[in-house]
Amino acid sequence: MSRNPDRPLSPHLMHWKWGPHMLVSILHRMAGIGLAIVGGLLFAWWLLSAASGEAAYESFLDWFTVESGAINIVGVIICGGLTWAFFQHLFNGLRHFVLDMGAGYELKTNRRWALIVVWGAILATLGLWLWLLWPALVNISAGEF
Amino acid sequence: MGTGTGLGRVRGLGSAKQGAHHWWQQRLTAAANVLLISWFFLSLLRLPNLTYPVITDWLSTPLVAIAMILLTANVFWHLRLGLQVVIEDYIENEATKLAVILLINFYAAGGAAVAIFSIAKIAFGGAA
Repeated sequence: MSRNPDRPLSPHLMHWKWGPHMLVSILHRMAGIGLAIVGGLLFAWWLLSAASGEAAYESFLDWFTVESGAINIVGVIICGGLTWAFFQHLFNGLRHFVLDMGAGYELKTNRRWALIVVWGAILATLGLWLWLLWPALVNISAGEF
Repeated sequence: MGTGTGLGRVRGLGSAKQGAHHWWQQRLTAAANVLLISWFFLSLLRLPNLTYPVITDWLSTPLVAIAMILLTANVFWHLRLGLQVVIEDYIENEATKLAVILLINFYAAGGAAVAIFSIAKIAFGGAA
């Protein structure tokens, strides 16, 4: 069968104009894969180390904390990334429940909720970490390290 | 109705009523995840810290251990279904697809087994 190679095959992400609805769709998959692999392994490893005794649990924590017990850069990247992926996947999952019922497909409504999901996930992540790290931030600003 | 070809034998029988099963399981586990993971996050945030004695004490509580086992089963079932959909969508080669689907099934079952056994060991007081 002959096909004009200049014409794009459809559906094809690279040929469509990007919009919030496409962004949340692909972010849902990426966040889901991240949670499934990184989150799943971390969860199983955490429980296994807790079941293997205090020394094993300490060496698990050592990966993500500095000596004082405060979180290190690896911890910030992995835990920060996972919390963002969690909120993104959760909020978009809730959006999918609404879509599954057949609501929210009007162009403007769909666009609005897609944007709310993306910004909501970012704000929830920042809010959670600001709250978690607040005591440390207060100490730093008071000059006590 | 024919008796010779595969198509002939199934024609007229309607669907196998299995088409939505995967989709529905994904939604059921998603709804359960909303409840279980919200509980998990809030519980961790309410603990004074995440040190060994605090975590093992918390996991030794019967209701916590039960909820954690349910959470583990649900999360690993949900991620197995989700990863399968992604693989089916993006991997075209049938042999690779089969191999990767086999791999995620091993991963999901293995991860769940490790987590559930660990919770049970701590809950039954076997933690060293």
